[in-house]
Amino acid sequence: MLKKIIKTNEFFVAMILIVLCLFIGILNPVFFTLQNLFDLCRSATVMGIFAMGALIVIISGGVDVSFTAIAISAMYITVKILLALNFTGTVVVAIALSALIGLIMGLINAAIIAFFKIPTLIATLGTQSLFQGFLLFFIGSKYINNVPDGMLRFARTNLVTTTTSSGAITGLQAGILILIGVAIIVWFILRFTMIGRGIYAIGGSREAAERAGFNVVAIQFFIYGLVGILAGIGGAVFGSHYKQANPFDLVGTELNTIAAVVLGGALITGGKGTVFGAILGVSLVVVINNSLVLIGVPSEWQKVVLGIILIIGAGIPAYKNMMAEKRLKANLSE
Amino acid sequence: MMAEEFLKVNNISKSFAGVHALQNVSFTINTGEIHCLIGENGSGKSTMIKIIAGVYEPDEGEIIIAGKKFKRLHPIDTIREGIQIIYQDFSLFPNFTVAENIALNSQLSENKKLVNMREVRRIAREALESINVSMDLDMLVGQMSVADKQLIAISRALLQNARLIIMDEPTTALTNREVKSLFKVINNLKDKGISTMFVSHKLNEVLEIADRTMVFRNGVKVIDADAKEFDQAKMVYYMTGHNIEEESYKCPDNLREGTPLLSVKSLTSTGNFRDISFDLFSQEIVGITGLLGSGRTELALALFGINPAESGEIIINGEKVRINSASDALKCGIGYVPEDRLTEGLFLERPIGQNIIATTIDKLLNKIRLINQQKMENEIKNWIDGLTIKTNSAQNPVKSLSGGNQQRVVLAKWLASNPRILILNGPTVGVDIGSKTELHETIKNLARQGLGVIVVSDDIPELLHVCNRILLMREGKIVNEFCASEVNEDELAVMLAEG
Amino acid sequence: MTNQANNIQKTTGPSSNDKFSLEKFFKIQDWNLLRLFIITVALFILMSVLMPEKFPTLKNFRSMGFQLSEIGIMGIAIAITMITGGIDLSINATANLTGIIACIILNKFAGPDVANPQVGLAMVLAITVGVIVGALCGLLNGFLVSYVTIPAILATLGTMTLFTGFAFVITKGTGFFGIEAFQFIGNGEVAGIPMPLIIFAVIAIIMAIVMNNSAFGLRLYLVGSNAKASKFSGINNRAVLMRTYMLSGILAALAGLVILGRTNSANPDYGTSYVTQALLIAVLGGVDVNGGYGKVAGLVLAVISLQILSTGLNMLLFKYSGANFFKMFSWGLLIILFMIINFLSYQRKQRVKKPKPA
Repeated sequence: MLKKIIKTNEFFVAMILIVLCLFIGILNPVFFTLQNLFDLCRSATVMGIFAMGALIVIISGGVDVSFTAIAISAMYITVKILLALNFTGTVVVAIALSALIGLIMGLINAAIIAFFKIPTLIATLGTQSLFQGFLLFFIGSKYINNVPDGMLRFARTNLVTTTTSSGAITGLQAGILILIGVAIIVWFILRFTMIGRGIYAIGGSREAAERAGFNVVAIQFFIYGLVGILAGIGGAVFGSHYKQANPFDLVGTELNTIAAVVLGGALITGGKGTVFGAILGVSLVVVINNSLVLIGVPSEWQKVVLGIILIIGAGIPAYKNMMAEKRLKANLSE
Repeated sequence: MMAEEFLKVNNISKSFAGVHALQNVSFTINTGEIHCLIGENGSGKSTMIKIIAGVYEPDEGEIIIAGKKFKRLHPIDTIREGIQIIYQDFSLFPNFTVAENIALNSQLSENKKLVNMREVRRIAREALESINVSMDLDMLVGQMSVADKQLIAISRALLQNARLIIMDEPTTALTNREVKSLFKVINNLKDKGISTMFVSHKLNEVLEIADRTMVFRNGVKVIDADAKEFDQAKMVYYMTGHNIEEESYKCPDNLREGTPLLSVKSLTSTGNFRDISFDLFSQEIVGITGLLGSGRTELALALFGINPAESGEIIINGEKVRINSASDALKCGIGYVPEDRLTEGLFLERPIGQNIIATTIDKLLNKIRLINQQKMENEIKNWIDGLTIKTNSAQNPVKSLSGGNQQRVVLAKWLASNPRILILNGPTVGVDIGSKTELHETIKNLARQGLGVIVVSDDIPELLHVCNRILLMREGKIVNEFCASEVNEDELAVMLAEG
Repeated sequence: MTNQANNIQKTTGPSSNDKFSLEKFFKIQDWNLLRLFIITVALFILMSVLMPEKFPTLKNFRSMGFQLSEIGIMGIAIAITMITGGIDLSINATANLTGIIACIILNKFAGPDVANPQVGLAMVLAITVGVIVGALCGLLNGFLVSYVTIPAILATLGTMTLFTGFAFVITKGTGFFGIEAFQFIGNGEVAGIPMPLIIFAVIAIIMAIVMNNSAFGLRLYLVGSNAKASKFSGINNRAVLMRTYMLSGILAALAGLVILGRTNSANPDYGTSYVTQALLIAVLGGVDVNGGYGKVAGLVLAVISLQILSTGLNMLLFKYSGANFFKMFSWGLLIILFMIINFLSYQRKQRVKKPKPA
């Protein structure tokens, strides 16, 4: 049983994460402070929410690069509407509205992919352009330096607080709850529901899934609709964190999220992946992006480190897979 | 127990665009009956199965399942009435466990929303037990052998209360032992009152397992009788409409003198084959046979450079050569016709011409290393004419050709490389009886012209008719070597089965 | 050989399965090219009719000629990897990295602070080293895809991050500048024809010859069509893939040099939409995502179409700010519509096709 756990990708990533944390922490104990932990959590929240969506798509055998465009569009439109209405109510409205807009865009993705069978990478590259162009041209390209009160309050809501070395007060931002909630829901869907099995099934063999009786079109609508909702939620949280709505934000970071999900053990070809792994992957990326500076690695090197880890992280299982296939072919030859 | 009709097919006819696929076909399958369907490619077997499965709608006729009449069947109807089809690719999920693969379909059809893993495992375990098979429920199906996958597919079919299981060419990738296991399972089903319709072209297997045998030819059911009334010759006669007699290959005397065309000494590849030594002379056709797992394909692949051997020597016409890649092999004059000719041998989307010259690109270059278009077109035209490949343009993609013409393209491709030694792996697997004889003649002619031919096969009649010498392999070593004229079919079958 | 062929003819006569395919099969490539040509001409006519004084002018043609080169080269780069069944997402990163390194060399030998500027040497060196950088980047991609067998999307995602990272490390986030003389490549003219257009034309012609007439090109198509069959045909799949990605890297590097020539600067994160545009060109140009298809002629037509559309939109919308944004929108719409049309016409073909009786 233990042996099985050790063999999983998730274990491997967890090890790397732990080693990296220890390494950084030993060199610079500031890494282990609560303040730093809260910082990391804040950074991880938005990417984590996006990662849940990206995970589902990747398990189903696809790749979605449009979710950042959906997120920023949903958030920007929400902010614009709520500010225009002078809405000062709870942040839940903002999140819900953003999720709704995200859902609509996600369904557009779903229709294109499910009905016209367009390869997901190309389809979502197209919709990314479509959504972003739509946002900037038809909605607005102005940078809004303000967000509705609800979102502001939310940004300041901390679950736990602590005092920094410089005397300021910082805390664990409440957004982490949203991430936890989303993660649990997605985990439940993937593990315990038939739709979850269907997602893995499509990723394993789309044809077999159809023959087995899975309603592939319905499942794809579910997947991309859910991704849209999650993108909307993530966008709202993002807007709250930065207290601004800049329509040029977020787009361009989707590959980071996808890298995180893949690092966490999801197979880009589909059929494999877990919520736990994705969270680990996001943690790894966040630690790299945030904490390398603590040990004196200049920020310019972040991408290099990320790139190397990505290549090694993808390379090792790919190589092992190839060697295993060679052996399998030899033993079961003919 | 009186025989009860389960499936009755009445006067089914089906045409596609004016071409008859099936004409007035009627037959009955009783409960607990093992009913075999044989026929050449194009005889209508697949169409019949698809009609029973509800994929095609018949133009005329009706289907009666357990007394219920159907004019138009939908796939959901057939499953509900207890008919399950096991396709050649099994439709399994490689990323799911054995348990999930077995139980998923039934959970789906019961419209379950939540997944209960314990329930899934229980269902799977019971399904496997019902056919007396035990397997690790948690293994990923992607890592299992073909035989195991087939058993998983069967037990999955049984879960949906199958009364008739239709299997399409089920033994193509099974070892002898696995075929025996499969037959045990089929007989087990029979005892339980579950019928099996077994579509196959392996006539010896059909003789072994069938209760009733049915032969289709050109869309018509030619005969449908008790299996005891058939023998191989009769089956061939009904399938093709004439008697096919094949003469054994007689090679000239004294040909095994002088320098061998190919000499293999102590060739070894760990885990695959050990210490292989033999000679091949020009005009010889040597058969390499053995059960699956004996190393015969591995040996062939090593000679062609795809999986090079680790040690030993390969000597061609007296000169030692190193073969570490297919390209090396081609340069030495060795050609290899793979078993799965279509997916391993053809580029379906590419033009016919490109397919033909795929192995000889380097010979068509001009002085500045670009392809000499004129030379290429001439070469292509030669082969299209020479092998009477029916097409109006060499630019058409190969997939636009009929099956027979596609086979010719594969042949052209290998002959174009001007081989001195041709290795054929399972040359007539999946080929009609009629075309089989043609192909055998072609192989014999190649040998007569001076090629040395190696045929890797487990088709006993083929080995005896085509080869002059046979090497028997078991567990990686050559255990016997004899002339084809020294043994008869039964003796060879016994030797083979002992693996 | 003819002997063999003759002998075979004697023994293999027509068999019962020789029903000649009744379907009139017109070469797919020609349909695509024809369609593209019509689209290109239609767009041109449309824009000319809408803006008769501004669009069909020599000045405009020249301007368009300056712009389409870099994206055209990138389109070819991504197309060849797609034809093998893979993809190269790192082309923009390679281009930027090349531009940056070229800047360093240019400034070292002919920069504003150099006492004895050797412009000629600087330019030759910059271009040569640039090409080498592209080749090395491509080599890494090829290695990861063919030897380590990482799926191309993932491998080039990783290298894209890596190369961009290198670029950031070198420049510490800022942009570098080139030298004035180099601008000839991006802004100069020869006999009234924009230099970048000449460069693109030369590259397109060379690539067309390579793809259509060379052994390597033919092998590339075969590997992309059926990697198993190509292996059994004696083709070294790994070598073909390595060369393909190396070529893609070189082309990306050339694109980077043209960008440097045009903008006189190199940035680690320039051109974030270039990969999308390159993909759009490849898809419009007839490249099949699954591999095995795609012609340079199609890519050229696609680039021209896109440029006409781009410039036309710019002109039409110059009153409104954000013409760029509408372009983005239209690109997305175009990719999707095009793929939908492809799908529908494929569907129609399947229905018309008479299913072969079994």
